[in-house]
Amino acid sequence: MSLFVDIKKSLGEFELNIKFETDNEVFALLGASGCGKSMTLKCIAGIEKPDSGVIRLNETILFDSEKKINLPPQKRHIGYLFQNYALFPNMTVRENIEFVIQTTGAAKLDMLATQVQRFHLAGLEDLYPAQLSGGQQQRTAFARILASQPEVLMLDEPFSALDSYLKWQVEQELRALLKTYQRPVLFVSHDRDEVFRLSERIAVLAQGKIDVIHSKHDLFDSPETLAATLITGCKNISIAKKIDSQTLYAQEWGLQLRVDGTIPDDLCYVGFRAHFFEMGQSPKNSFAVEIVDVVEDTFSMLIMIRPQGSLVKPLRWELGKELWQRISPDNLFLTIPEDKIILMKK
Amino acid sequence: MTDWSPLIISLKTAFLSTFITFFFGVYAAFLVVKVKRFQGLMDTIFTLPMVLPPTVVGFFLLLLFGKQSFLGQIFLSVGVNFVFSWEATVVSAVVVSFPLMYRTTRGAFEQLNPDLIYAARTLGISEFKIFWRVILPNTWYGIMAGLILSFARALGEFGATIMTAGNIPGLTQTMSTAIYSAVQAGDNATAFFWVSIVCAISFAVIIMMNYWMNHQQQFAEFISKRKRGTQNVVVR
Repeated sequence: MSLFVDIKKSLGEFELNIKFETDNEVFALLGASGCGKSMTLKCIAGIEKPDSGVIRLNETILFDSEKKINLPPQKRHIGYLFQNYALFPNMTVRENIEFVIQTTGAAKLDMLATQVQRFHLAGLEDLYPAQLSGGQQQRTAFARILASQPEVLMLDEPFSALDSYLKWQVEQELRALLKTYQRPVLFVSHDRDEVFRLSERIAVLAQGKIDVIHSKHDLFDSPETLAATLITGCKNISIAKKIDSQTLYAQEWGLQLRVDGTIPDDLCYVGFRAHFFEMGQSPKNSFAVEIVDVVEDTFSMLIMIRPQGSLVKPLRWELGKELWQRISPDNLFLTIPEDKIILMKK
Repeated sequence: MTDWSPLIISLKTAFLSTFITFFFGVYAAFLVVKVKRFQGLMDTIFTLPMVLPPTVVGFFLLLLFGKQSFLGQIFLSVGVNFVFSWEATVVSAVVVSFPLMYRTTRGAFEQLNPDLIYAARTLGISEFKIFWRVILPNTWYGIMAGLILSFARALGEFGATIMTAGNIPGLTQTMSTAIYSAVQAGDNATAFFWVSIVCAISFAVIIMMNYWMNHQQQFAEFISKRKRGTQNVVVR
């Protein structure tokens, strides 16, 4: 199974311009809300029509603007899990699943029984969607989608409708399902952690365009672009200028930094994750600290700092609460390890 | 002996016209919600009979269904001279009650979560089945409200009816036109009689209407429970 997508669609404020190919893997579209993730899924499903481009599933052309092919959603065989699951409120769990099974008679009953068992829905068959918990609703939606036998599975923010205490349990169920599901899965989310845990390759979307496509480890280790760095949760980002092959100047922090590796000529930004600061003085990349603000977070301390004597934009430093209690804030030095610096070309 | 024919003619007219209006109204609402172009124009045309004076509607109907017109010829071919016929009371009632059916149904359609329809499509359900098994059952209470309103409007129709069907006792005289005749003739007793019947029916209709609206609201809350749950999570 392989899915090829290359589409363009004007969305008023920006143009959606998406190109990627995926096979039997979990492929994630990661981006802030309103960046065109859901619209991409809708175009693939056939709910929305792209202005131009091609969508291909194996040898089948689902959409081709030049050949004037635009299969209706009914013929695309793409399973779409909606944010709110879109269960039919007038039908029970059983009816919701039965409604989409194309066969009749024994085969139909068989399929129903298979899905009910697979998604632990036994005993809930005669309840209406509004009587189910969020997790049960999602399981019903999955059972319904798989009963329609899709070739591709698309998940649109599958956890956004769940209470936080339910999320983890449902995510584990989903991970178990995806392990055994040998078809392409498109997973859309704005949550970097979900995406990291569930998918193998990640496309970062910004303003309707794919910024980078990377395996998840490459993406989080060296995000390469500003959008990718932001979405992977890096809190400290500054405009940067190259000084020589191993030195750069971080303009917004007023710091000159040494870097492990070669700095590209077209360097634009430099980033540094808040929990990678090292305490103490060292020959390179260290500075005396002035504390601007101290914020207590759930399990850690967020310290806003800047180089002593400067008035630059503060940097964020995260550390454990116990560690913070043992530090004397006077005469504090921090070091930015050179191998942890993120360099961005755009 | 009281002549009950105005009541019977009114009820027959209202029931038949509501039946016809149901299909036209639901179809028109479906069409307007679905189409992307000319939505405003279609909406204006479909709503017009509600805003125009009934005499104007009646005048247009006479033009449309007169002996010289195409539709008039069709009526004649089945042996009905449209003007001053019982059929004319039905057509008048359909035209004036149609906008109520159309607008109420359209409102119900627009409130339906479009993801339900999209989901049904991606699950391979045909458009026909989507309409009958997903759209209609989930908008049923709104459509019922439209039906009740249309029925009430058809029952009270006066202006267009008197222009097209006239006021012939035993044939086209409805309760509304009977009241008009009675008042013209100074027969206050008869006028009072029909007025009280019309009031009683209207009262019953409003009670029914409220009952349905109440139910619709409960049904909507039932459905939106899940949606509200979502918003809470997002805010958090």
